[in-house]
Amino acid sequence: MPLDTAAIHARLRERFGETIGDLNGVGRDAWALVPPGDIAEVARFAHDDGELGFDCLSNLSGVDYPKDEAIQVVYHLFSYRDRHWFVLKVNAKRDDPVVATVSGVWPHADWQEREVFDLLGVRFDGHPDLRRILMPEDWPGHPLRKDFVEPEEFHGISTSRESLLRT
Amino acid sequence: MGLAGFEVEVQRETESGLVTEDMTLSMGPQHPSTHGVLRFIVRADGEVMKEAIPDIGYLHRSIEKIAEKVGWHGFLPYTDRVDYVAAMFCNHGWTMAAERLAGIEVPRRGEYCRVIADELCRIHSHLLAAGSMAMDIGAFTPFTHAIREREYLNDLFEELCGSRLTFHYMRIGGVGWDLPPGWAEKVLTFLARFETVVDEYNRLISYNKIFTERLADVAVVSAEQAIGYNLVGPNLRGSGVAYDVRRDDPYSVYPELDFDVPVGRGEMGTVGDCFDRYIVRIEELKQSCRIIRQCLRQMPDGPVIAKVPRNFKPPAGDCYVRLESARGDMGWYVVSDGTAFPYRCKIRTGSFAAISIVQAVSRDIMIADLIAVIASLDLVAPEIDR
Amino acid sequence: MQELVDGLIASGVAPADVPAWVHYLTAMLTFGGLVVFGFVLPIAGITTWVERRVMARMQSRIGPNRTGPAGFLQWLADGIKNLLKEDIVPLAADAMLFKAAPYVVIVGFVLTFVVVPFSGDLIIADLNVGILYVTAVTALVVVGILMAGWASNNKWSLLGGIRSAAQIVSYEIPAGLSIFPVVMLTGSLGMQDIIRAQGAAPWTWYIFDNPFTLMAFFAFFVAALAEGNRTPFDLPEAESELVAGFATEYSGMRNLLFFMAEWGNLYVIGAIVSTLFLGGWQIPFALEGSPVLRNALQFGTFFTKAYFFVFLAIWLRWTLPRIRVDQMMVMCWKYLVPIAFVNLIGTAAWMVLFPAGVPLVRWTLTAVAAVLLVAFFWRVRFHLKHAGLTGQQLSFNPLSTTRVTW
Repeated sequence: MPLDTAAIHARLRERFGETIGDLNGVGRDAWALVPPGDIAEVARFAHDDGELGFDCLSNLSGVDYPKDEAIQVVYHLFSYRDRHWFVLKVNAKRDDPVVATVSGVWPHADWQEREVFDLLGVRFDGHPDLRRILMPEDWPGHPLRKDFVEPEEFHGISTSRESLLRT
Repeated sequence: MGLAGFEVEVQRETESGLVTEDMTLSMGPQHPSTHGVLRFIVRADGEVMKEAIPDIGYLHRSIEKIAEKVGWHGFLPYTDRVDYVAAMFCNHGWTMAAERLAGIEVPRRGEYCRVIADELCRIHSHLLAAGSMAMDIGAFTPFTHAIREREYLNDLFEELCGSRLTFHYMRIGGVGWDLPPGWAEKVLTFLARFETVVDEYNRLISYNKIFTERLADVAVVSAEQAIGYNLVGPNLRGSGVAYDVRRDDPYSVYPELDFDVPVGRGEMGTVGDCFDRYIVRIEELKQSCRIIRQCLRQMPDGPVIAKVPRNFKPPAGDCYVRLESARGDMGWYVVSDGTAFPYRCKIRTGSFAAISIVQAVSRDIMIADLIAVIASLDLVAPEIDR
Repeated sequence: MQELVDGLIASGVAPADVPAWVHYLTAMLTFGGLVVFGFVLPIAGITTWVERRVMARMQSRIGPNRTGPAGFLQWLADGIKNLLKEDIVPLAADAMLFKAAPYVVIVGFVLTFVVVPFSGDLIIADLNVGILYVTAVTALVVVGILMAGWASNNKWSLLGGIRSAAQIVSYEIPAGLSIFPVVMLTGSLGMQDIIRAQGAAPWTWYIFDNPFTLMAFFAFFVAALAEGNRTPFDLPEAESELVAGFATEYSGMRNLLFFMAEWGNLYVIGAIVSTLFLGGWQIPFALEGSPVLRNALQFGTFFTKAYFFVFLAIWLRWTLPRIRVDQMMVMCWKYLVPIAFVNLIGTAAWMVLFPAGVPLVRWTLTAVAAVLLVAFFWRVRFHLKHAGLTGQQLSFNPLSTTRVTW
């Protein structure tokens, strides 16, 4: 039975109370905030619960908000069984971002969390194999951060070249 | 040991005092049959693999970060390169996200042009996937036949938008140009021929005994495993899950179109083996022909693009749009902060999930089967690494 | 051959004060050299040209068409290019084995030509163990391939070498077993004897002699393809998996030798099959008086039959996919070997029951084969017409250019 986002939010609130934030946004993009340490339990409940049945983690992204001093991890949940959607957002502290892992709930989260770790530096507590996935193993820094400055050279190869534009 | 930059545990079996070590091979970035620049670290006991660990990142071009620098309109050519084998879908995803954020409605004719371009691109991509799969299994001729058909499509695309691979056909608000005069007739001529070619292709390779023996019962992915690993598109449908974004979560003008969604039936082996994933793609070729014919018949007249300001500034917010690319459900999570530059763009592609499942299904299959698995999952490296 | 040399000594062309064995040796070496450099190496090269044109025709392409008329000199250009390439020996490779491996392979291949009966009189040495000699000498190729795979110091080459060794050694069994029905029917192992026991007409060929030899023909052809590392059995050099298998690390002349051995081997397969099963060089006319004309016609017949099998092997290569190692082993040991045994015992039983053979069976089998051939070409014509490929030349010519119009 597809539920609408308000009903899903109500069910989550029913189980977890005020740890689930208010419902923001409209329609398919409606989301709720979850504390970084609790996301694993919420995910497990969302997956196992009979009414919610979110068997698929459609997307896991990280967004860097330096103005809010947070790195936000966004979870798009989808249920193939019931064909409904929900979005969970987690705000991790920017200086030391740690979020509980959901790779035990959905195997797909394994690689997505590695990518968020690689590009944004978020550490996922309890991840079985947290290492860089896209960048080389010894790359300094996290490229997708807003304040990332590219290193001058990497293993002796320069990272800049003369601009070919006339201006 | 330097092969991976991380430790790969190598078994030391002791059978009656005999110490054996598994062979660690690098199916390296340069290899004739990994589809793009991929690398697999294979731990094998002779021909039988114990594990194949994918190592990606060789084609990482930080496209997502580039989006934050070049602006909403300027990012469109970059989207072509996200998955250059099926570039129309990437254009479509980005434009859909931008339009959703800004609340722009695309004119009906523009939507039809988009769907026609999408479906032609789907044929384009599936031909390459099927051809490469045949080539990896060892039959070179079906590959050249698929490429021959693709040449006809390349000519059609070149007439439509000027490019054979990276199309940059769609714009925010519609498409770049209307269909050229006489193009619709050429498409219909091509489709009329193409369906007989698909039958010939099936006679040549799809039901060839050697081919099916190579693929049947290899790397069976169950429906639960497929959903857990977020496999999408033909990979998911090959495992028996009947879900297609075009039908079950429709966008654009798909609600007005009539088509079937092929699902893997375990024809030659078990549901979810390599053959099912392959045959779903072949059957989708015919369904795309059907869709294109309907579109060409039903297209209304009118403008093909809405009025969108050059200095495009959608209101702040985020949205997640999905469309059925050739490789499955492609998700675009776009965050806007109200300026002329996107704040964040995350592209969740089907191949990224598909390659992560290779490690799980590659236990106790042979090295030759690994090639079949990679080909059946239709991995394209640019989509994985972005 | 010996009569020819004796005739030359008798007529005074060859000096008589030199012992006879020197004359025989000179004649054999001369003829051998002529065969190797004048026939074997060019055939290996020309087969590459034929393969590329036929392959292209099947793939709606044209193939080489620039070097020489219809690209005929392409093989020469490729050969020269390969000779001029840098000779790379990997640093960690076992240099001695690495360098020796191609020579072992090419020797194993060229030695088979000693007993190939080009015509009634043209054979380097009509050994009385002819066909057994061929089987023995082609096994030398395994040693060369293993050496190449091991000495390259490359795990992928090693895999290719091991696969090849397993494959060739396994398929020796059904190949050998399929030769025995023919040998039993002839009563001799010599190549010329086997051909002389057959006749020019198709129903006198061994392939149509009885149903068991018909099956033996197919079993032998499949086993010979496997021994020659041809698709569907080309796992040792599976391009999609192992780059070039055992030959990955080779460049220049050494690489050339490997591939010449493979393409030349196609001709050897064709020659052996047409000797054993298709009546070899037998022509309908006796032509006692003109040995040159007789030998020329016989040579032409033999060459046509052998080259038909080369064409068949090329055709199969570009149509069929590749089978996997374990499937290949299963096919050999669980299917081909029992079939070959059945053929052997069946032929023996047939010989006991019908010592002179059964003409009715021969004619029936020939007629069935003729009908199948006609039906095949009719079906090809049907498919060509319904293919819907506009602008392409619809013809049976395997070497024709395809003019594709949009």
